[in-house]
Amino acid sequence: MESYLDICLKAIFSENLALSFFLGMCTFLAVSKNVKTALGLGGAVIVVMAITIPTNNLIFVFFLKKGALAWINSDLKNVDLSFLGLISYIGVIAAIVQILEMALDKYLPTLYNELGIFLPLITVNCAILGGSLFMVERNYDVVQSLVYGLSAGFGWALAIAALAGIREKLKYSNVPDGLKGLGITFITVGLMALAFMSFGGMF
Amino acid sequence: MAKQKSKDVLLGPIADSNPIALQVLGICSALAVTVNMNTALTMCVAVIAVTACSNLCVSLVRTFIPSSIRIIVQMTIIASLVIVVDQLLKAYAFDVSKSMSVFVGLIITNCIVMGRAEAFAMKNKPSISFLDGIGNGLGYSAVLLVVGFFRELFGKGSLFGVELLEPISKGGWYSPNGMMLLPPSAFFLIGLLIWALRTWKPAQVETEG
Repeated sequence: MESYLDICLKAIFSENLALSFFLGMCTFLAVSKNVKTALGLGGAVIVVMAITIPTNNLIFVFFLKKGALAWINSDLKNVDLSFLGLISYIGVIAAIVQILEMALDKYLPTLYNELGIFLPLITVNCAILGGSLFMVERNYDVVQSLVYGLSAGFGWALAIAALAGIREKLKYSNVPDGLKGLGITFITVGLMALAFMSFGGMF
Repeated sequence: MAKQKSKDVLLGPIADSNPIALQVLGICSALAVTVNMNTALTMCVAVIAVTACSNLCVSLVRTFIPSSIRIIVQMTIIASLVIVVDQLLKAYAFDVSKSMSVFVGLIITNCIVMGRAEAFAMKNKPSISFLDGIGNGLGYSAVLLVVGFFRELFGKGSLFGVELLEPISKGGWYSPNGMMLLPPSAFFLIGLLIWALRTWKPAQVETEG
């Protein structure tokens, strides 16, 4: 059994969702133009992941896993609903994002306006669904998945904040025409991924 | 006139408005499955099928969907289609599906599928939406296959698992570039690909960096 610290450090550094699994790339590239917005989105992702991954874990353990329905009625112990996994995880994620959106609109309208279109897009942020799927694949229990959700979200936020910092400086440099914007961003992310890989041997 | 339009819709996304290079959609899965051509090709077929079918379905029911819950309706349609694809892969191509691990499921959150459903299928007739789905799927596949080609060729010296450049470890001359198999190389390749595409079609150059 992996210790909690192990899960946490792995999720943040050596198995960073954004840089080694390419998850959440669309928002990662689109919202990393300035540090403030990036931090806002990073925070939102941490919150959503810390809630959705344990919730999905409970749903998997009590409803979807083979034999999971035995607690309702022992006749149901052969039922295997794990093929419904994808649709139920995405449902949970969509619902939580919707709630978060309403909360932000009410309490932090500036951040809400700045995130704009990207808040609903958290639903289709692969990092969040990917986190849930990795949780199932690695058989985490509830506490482990809470730790995993928090630290994977934190790792993603760290990566997007770092990229935003680099891109703010990049504005003042003279980039070849064809590489402007997206192209140079990709290459920067590549270099960052190389740097993060060096954490790999540590844990 | 009408014919011209369907041709544009089908072929436009490949070079002129490529979903990955210009619209920045669907990059997540594009990078992870390109270590070798087999998984890349499977992913392409899966994405073309899902995009086309989801565009068709969304377009068929578009007049019945209240706009306040449209996202969740689209998600449900897409998720159901992806489950079908996932189960099919598990049944008929188990090894490939195993090596793609969570990335089949992640087609759901592939922004291309969602983005096309929202931007095109909600406003257009079923037949043309279907074509648009195929077109965008093809544009996505083009990038995926190019990246997969370079990564497998230089990383392992093979294509589709068939050895072309004989590696030193087996008595040949080619020394495989291990970095090609690691995540960063995918970023570099896409960056360079975008550079090449924009040099060819200068209209796509971003003026604001």
